[in-house]
Amino acid sequence: MHTLNSTTPIKAEARNLNFYYSNGTKALKDISMPLHEKKITALIGPSGCGKSTFLRCFNRMHDLYPGNKYEGEIVMHPDNTNVLADGVDPIEVRMRISMVFQKPNPFPKSIYENVAYGLRVRGETNKRVVDDKVEEALKGAAIWDEVKNRLNDLAFNLSGGQQQRLCIARALATDPEIMLFDEPTSALDPIATANIEELMSELRNKLTILVVTHNMQQAARVSDYTAYMYLGEMMEYGDTDSIFTRPTRKETEDYITGKFG
Amino acid sequence: MSIKSDLKVSAIQNLAEVRAMIRRHKRNDYLFAIIGLMALMLGLLTLLTLFVDLLYDGSTRFNLEFLSDFPSRRAAHAGLLSAWVGSALVMTVTFLAAVPMGVAAGLYLEEYAPKNWFSDLIEINVSNLAGVPSIVYGLLALGLFVYALGFGQSILTAGLTLGLLILPIVIVSTRESIRAIPVAIREAAYAVGATKWQVVYDHVLKYSYGGILTGIIIGMARALGETAPIITIGALTFIAFLPPSPITAEAPYLNFDWLSSGFTVMPIQMFNWLSRPDHAFHVNAAATGAIIILVTLLMNGTAIYLRYKIRKNIKW
Repeated sequence: MHTLNSTTPIKAEARNLNFYYSNGTKALKDISMPLHEKKITALIGPSGCGKSTFLRCFNRMHDLYPGNKYEGEIVMHPDNTNVLADGVDPIEVRMRISMVFQKPNPFPKSIYENVAYGLRVRGETNKRVVDDKVEEALKGAAIWDEVKNRLNDLAFNLSGGQQQRLCIARALATDPEIMLFDEPTSALDPIATANIEELMSELRNKLTILVVTHNMQQAARVSDYTAYMYLGEMMEYGDTDSIFTRPTRKETEDYITGKFG
Repeated sequence: MSIKSDLKVSAIQNLAEVRAMIRRHKRNDYLFAIIGLMALMLGLLTLLTLFVDLLYDGSTRFNLEFLSDFPSRRAAHAGLLSAWVGSALVMTVTFLAAVPMGVAAGLYLEEYAPKNWFSDLIEINVSNLAGVPSIVYGLLALGLFVYALGFGQSILTAGLTLGLLILPIVIVSTRESIRAIPVAIREAAYAVGATKWQVVYDHVLKYSYGGILTGIIIGMARALGETAPIITIGALTFIAFLPPSPITAEAPYLNFDWLSSGFTVMPIQMFNWLSRPDHAFHVNAAATGAIIILVTLLMNGTAIYLRYKIRKNIKW
């Protein structure tokens, strides 16, 4: 466990965030929560509690589907940009906040092109720069040694765990400030899961991480801070040690002890 | 204990019943398999018989002269030259008209158009257009292209008419191929900061062009055999000349006079020969029919091969 002190700078924070799906469902209710810089924050809670919905607010994924509505703010520091503001382009937000999905979702392209895609989108054409960045990202995602001799192979030929690390490399290649993980290991076997968890711990040196997980042991193992959500509300937030050893709310305790959820 | 052994006895007694039941249910399996096979064979064998019959009837005309001779009053010297050249030129116009429009329309509907009652209405109508009788397109073309726009009874008119006819096929197949791309792939692209057009160009089009191509080829194969709309716009049935060549020897090397030329196409030539009383011309008609079917089969075969080849690297 990492030692925590209350003076860790805050990278981003949600302030009174409400979210409505296009059918009118209010999926998030008045959520406020900080993301500490270069720390891992885990979101836990039963299915349908809104943790993935909350995560996908950070990179404005909900904008891809018409009719969804945000209220409140998610402010990024140090520039104080409210990523949910109308004037802020979701593309700009996604260039600063990258995402790793529940199921590995590589493009049907080569390993190299998968990682390079974020750079291509930014108009980077210098082959040396792209080569270097791809190598750096693959090393950062702890998959370089496995793929360095077959960078032009199709990404689909990798195993599930390798594909997920490739997706992490893809998200890493563009030097994001925050990385979102949406249940990144739920489709993986235990060994691949352990690899991803170790990788997340290493990534903490470079960037701020927000991870949604179904697995409470995972939250306890990898995260510095934990938030428990239930029915779209933030029930409890605190450093992971206190949440798991001395939860202040009965609901949190019931959930983490397995009485409920 | 006694309850447990009771259960065991009844389970063994039941076994015979269960087996009888499974046998009964399986009989339905076989029954349906036989009905299905018969339905399939009925369709396939009818087509095959027709095709073999055409091949047999037209067998004396399968030679190069048939393809290089103009129509003639003497059946043995009448050939398909003006018809197949006409078909080729008309199909070129059809391709150039229907493909960019159809693919762009499909892409727009699927990726860009807001989803509301209006886009639903358009969607329903596009699907309905695919079922409109082709002669209706012929009448529309007669009024619009031939008279209102003054294109005359030309290759341009015919190509645009057939283009309109297959436009719904291209649009529908474009949309279906695009829809087959998983949401996860799009989200992955958006998540690294791609714009809509980058997602469309780098991913959506690249992963769906096999299916789009298939739709285009099947549409073109249909257009190749269309007769009614071409007759409606007034294609000639007997022409002993070729349209001006699209390619010229001196600059600018391209020539568009052929677009306004009169023409005939293969199905019309076939119809013309078939309507003559002299049986010798019927042989020509059979040979033409066989050629049209062969070309159509070839196009469909290409479509299947391309789809297989392109999809090989894509797993979802």
